[in-house]
Amino acid sequence: MLADVPILLILVGVAAYTVLAGGDFGAGFWILFAGDGRAGAAARRDHARHAMGPVWEANHVWLIFVLVICWTAYPVAFGSIMSTLSIPLFVAAIGIILRGASYALRGQLDAAPERRLIERVFAFSSVLTPFALGTVVGAIASGRVPVGNARGDLVASWLNPTSIFIGALALATSAYLAAVHLAADARRVREPALAADFRARALGAAVVAGALALAGLVVVRYDTRQLFDGLTTGMGLAMVCTSAGAGLVTIGWVWAGRFGPARVSAALAVAAIVGGWAVAQQPRLLPGLTIQEAAAGRATLIAVVIAAVGGATVLVPSLLLLFGLFLRGHLDAHVDGVSLPAVRRNEPRNPGRLLEGIALVCLVVGAGLTVLGDSGWSHAVGVTCLGAFAASAFVVSAALPAGPGQTDNRQGFQRGGPTP
Amino acid sequence: MMGAFTPAEQQYLLLARQMQALSLAVHIPLVCFGIAFPAMVLFAEWRYLTSGDPLFRALARRWSKIMIALFAVGVVTGTILSFEFGLLWPGFMAAFGNVFGLGFALEGFSFFVEAIFIAIYVYGWDRLSPRRHFLSGIPVAIAGIAGSLFVISVNGWMNRPSGFVLQNGTAVDAEPWSALFGNAFFWHEFVHMYFAAYVVAGFLVATPYARGVLRGRGGRYERTALAIALSAAAIASLLQPVIGDWAAREVAKHQPVKLAAMEGLARTTTAAPEHLLGWYDGETVVYGIAIPRLLSVLAFHDPNATVQGLEIVPPADRPPVNIVRFAFQTMVGIGTLLALLGLVFLYVRFRKRRLPESRWFYRGVVLAGPLSVVALIAGWVTTEVGRQPWIVYGFMRTSAAVTGARGIPIGYGTLVAVYLGLAAAVVWMLLRFSRVPLDLLDAGTPAVVQVMPSSPRERSRAR
Repeated sequence: MLADVPILLILVGVAAYTVLAGGDFGAGFWILFAGDGRAGAAARRDHARHAMGPVWEANHVWLIFVLVICWTAYPVAFGSIMSTLSIPLFVAAIGIILRGASYALRGQLDAAPERRLIERVFAFSSVLTPFALGTVVGAIASGRVPVGNARGDLVASWLNPTSIFIGALALATSAYLAAVHLAADARRVREPALAADFRARALGAAVVAGALALAGLVVVRYDTRQLFDGLTTGMGLAMVCTSAGAGLVTIGWVWAGRFGPARVSAALAVAAIVGGWAVAQQPRLLPGLTIQEAAAGRATLIAVVIAAVGGATVLVPSLLLLFGLFLRGHLDAHVDGVSLPAVRRNEPRNPGRLLEGIALVCLVVGAGLTVLGDSGWSHAVGVTCLGAFAASAFVVSAALPAGPGQTDNRQGFQRGGPTP
Repeated sequence: MMGAFTPAEQQYLLLARQMQALSLAVHIPLVCFGIAFPAMVLFAEWRYLTSGDPLFRALARRWSKIMIALFAVGVVTGTILSFEFGLLWPGFMAAFGNVFGLGFALEGFSFFVEAIFIAIYVYGWDRLSPRRHFLSGIPVAIAGIAGSLFVISVNGWMNRPSGFVLQNGTAVDAEPWSALFGNAFFWHEFVHMYFAAYVVAGFLVATPYARGVLRGRGGRYERTALAIALSAAAIASLLQPVIGDWAAREVAKHQPVKLAAMEGLARTTTAAPEHLLGWYDGETVVYGIAIPRLLSVLAFHDPNATVQGLEIVPPADRPPVNIVRFAFQTMVGIGTLLALLGLVFLYVRFRKRRLPESRWFYRGVVLAGPLSVVALIAGWVTTEVGRQPWIVYGFMRTSAAVTGARGIPIGYGTLVAVYLGLAAAVVWMLLRFSRVPLDLLDAGTPAVVQVMPSSPRERSRAR
């Protein structure tokens, strides 16, 4: 029972990553294939790029979450997966670097001629990464990763019908989620042409993803019989039906222009695929290794649960806050007419001499205890004093007058040429 | 079952280690910004809130954009590290993940918090009330520090492992909490890294402004930025020798072989001398300047203390001495220069209550930025190469941890090319950013800066 808790956390992480980061990857897909439509291709590219701005880093962290829970709770499985699947995982890693860096860079570049190249790097890596990660899932799902240090076939483990299919499916669902999200976001910023374009794309992507999923079942039937049986009986079948149903509902909502509910049903359709995979494969993690056998010891599992519960109490409200602000447009740039309460003008007060005295005492006591002391407590007190010195001395030093120009007109700093 | 995970033949062990070292060297300077920069940005914003002076808001806002851009690069380079743990060292992960993994799980959560609130902070300048905006930055600062603490707890454990029983080369009966946080050894590493973060971030932020001052752009904005950045860097660089003394004594006590490698001490010696510069020839340090008894004083605060030499372990258990020693001397040498520069700054600041005026001082600051990065990396090379040949000190050799997968040279070559491109891109981005005029920046363009908004519509949509 305890051994199953981390795998549930991992599945939550995989589902969240597939849905949230998948949507961000899909934005890259729509930059690569901007196509034709009512709004200009450049407008569509900009819209796809801007819409993920405030959230992509947080969405990306789900991947880290999955990795760390996996290596803590199922270390042998983690070592086996990472060593046998080193090629697609390395490709995904390079894709992640290129994508993150080019996104950060592209933001600086609206006028520069290099922007096209950077944008292409971003779009290409946005397509490469989910495909590579999909092949990894395919390798695990089709039982091609044996236990051991690089014991599996380094190429055939991920270059096979099931892996290719899941890679393609990852790409299709990403494009589909992104199109729904971008349509909703275009509606929010009152861009009807963009909304219409992404509505059409959402419908097309939904049909493609659905057709691909059905075709994939045939592939899996011949390539990985065990997985197919899991997906077509019991809970696995229920998950497949949930996914199909939610997909159809999404098409209906998008058709009707109800993008808000469509976002939810689209996410459900994709998350249900992850759930179906999990149900079909359990209790096997790798061939000959069940979840129970792979799990770390009791103390480690309890530690993971405690960390997860503690982390969730911070994480869940924080995520709700972020997405609440994001979806209500509170993280958009300044729009005319919105004004913030002004901060009252006061004469800057410089911290007094008292703080300087405190800093000096802390320095002397702290350095004395740290250098001369030889026990744990003297180092603890000493370093704490040094920290107090650092904080107080910093506040005094940073707030002292900065030199000539202090008495100038306060607005003066804004004039003049470029500044480093 | 665990027995199935046996060490593999790997002819490219050294390349795998270099690949890991490269990835760490790229990531660690960015970590410094994660630890130290939020506090500096928040200080500037706090000054704005208490004084109402828009200069501080402009400064905080501009810095926050650099902060999120560097955070984004840190996110991806950090992801590479977590991939590489598995890609390069699956044996280590399989055998010990149950002991140390918890540290990374906790780090994952603080990383989450950092990513969430950095977005709210940077994208929320125009929409959140000034007070709420300031508050949204506080979790960023806390998470940056907490995250590094969790990661360094793992490194402390690798250097002084405990909290498990070794059975057939695999850890069983793991006690992750006490292994990571009951380990006194990691505290000096954390504190040393914490202050190093302020040294690196402070001097690197100050470097372009110092260049500006040298070129005649020393207005109030630049001088305010310099006052904040240099205060952080100067105080931290002044404290580093004190923390370093503590760290050296901990290493002397718990990792005598590492200390012997740092000093090139072949034989156990009473009243041991310290050698500056020179080269370790396998027996002793040649061409160095020997200072009698200094090593005994530094390691044990006793001029007659006995310092253990490399001879206490067989040759196969010794780290490569010259690399460790050279890295250590580089760190100490640069650290000393930075501390002197910090002392000059603090003297002028507190006695004359102004910024230094000497051009030589600003030339020094321009150099101090890059040099502090060199010292940072040299410090990590000292402790990590000094840990060799062990990945888990005394329990697992790095050679037993490495992957059996082929193709490491290809991966290494690819990563070098990508990181060279990344480094060039980041430098270019920061240079370009520094040329964006201030007033344009403050007029409502967020993290992703639109250098020239082309139409009113686009301007209002820019996010």
